[in-house]
Amino acid sequence: MSTDARLVELSRREIWSGFKQFLPISMFVVIFAVAFGLAAAQANLDETSTMLMSTLVFAGAAQFAVLELWGQHVPVVPLVVTVFAINARHLLMGATLYPWLRELPRAKRYGVMTVVSDANWAMSMQAFNSGKPGMGLLFGGGLALWLAWALGSWLGFKFGSAIQNPASLGLDMVMGCFLLAMVLGGKKSPRILIIWSVAAGASLLAYWYLPANSHIVTGALAGGLLGAVWTEKQDEH
Amino acid sequence: MSIDISGAGTLYIILIMAVVTLITRWGGVFVMSFVPISFRVQQFINAMSGSVLVAVLTPLAVNGDNGARLALLATAIVMLVLRKPLPAIAAGIVVAALFRQLH
Repeated sequence: MSTDARLVELSRREIWSGFKQFLPISMFVVIFAVAFGLAAAQANLDETSTMLMSTLVFAGAAQFAVLELWGQHVPVVPLVVTVFAINARHLLMGATLYPWLRELPRAKRYGVMTVVSDANWAMSMQAFNSGKPGMGLLFGGGLALWLAWALGSWLGFKFGSAIQNPASLGLDMVMGCFLLAMVLGGKKSPRILIIWSVAAGASLLAYWYLPANSHIVTGALAGGLLGAVWTEKQDEH
Repeated sequence: MSIDISGAGTLYIILIMAVVTLITRWGGVFVMSFVPISFRVQQFINAMSGSVLVAVLTPLAVNGDNGARLALLATAIVMLVLRKPLPAIAAGIVVAALFRQLH
């Protein structure tokens, strides 16, 4: 089976069209990014660092979670594990896009993947699966999301640095509430609820009895391993 | 091992984050060009990506003040009912602010 060349076309026109289609969603992304900028200012990051992080990392949940580790000394292993575990879903995005990405030359294939995130992955997969061109959505949409993320982070940082007592306005809860909304926005089943409970229990035990910052690694591994041993019914996909 | 954030430390931390994230963005495509990702690995990744957020959040909820706990509760309820993250996050922040104003 060969993929229709039109489906994977990555012309300027396709990219621009994908960019424009993502402008409405990008407005929402700006708001999330403002929340990140606020939280970064509260964690005492400076403006340059906040902007570097948002432009180079471009991964909301991971950036929020790293703020939780932030202090005078940032532990390296928990940092790497946290960022990897939260962003590991990108591995699956790349794998599911592979049948179409492999039609592109290698430089373009990896170039397009530098801006993959949840929304543009979902919309391009939908397009590909219904036989429509999706590369413009993936790349152009990714560029729109990236710009929105950078712009919002900057606005949020400016705003956040101007606020005197953020906790009295509830703004210290932006990070926690954001991450919780991300958890609960995913697919839920009795299996996944039990996996999360085990992760929560393991995290707490590590928090109380193991060295500082090991709770994230412990919880992520406990949940991940349980998921690997106790799999969903395979015929679902 | 930890990195001091004074001097160039912050830059190193951001570069580490950027490289790790790029590995996840490129890794799936790269691995697939050699061997398909197995079902069990998919299940591991799916379970782990939610669990890591739960692991970050649990001590926050356990150690936070009542304002923090109520905020997380409000976010959870709105998220489960409306399934929209923005109102859910806003509800959490408003609840924390109100609770702390009243105390």
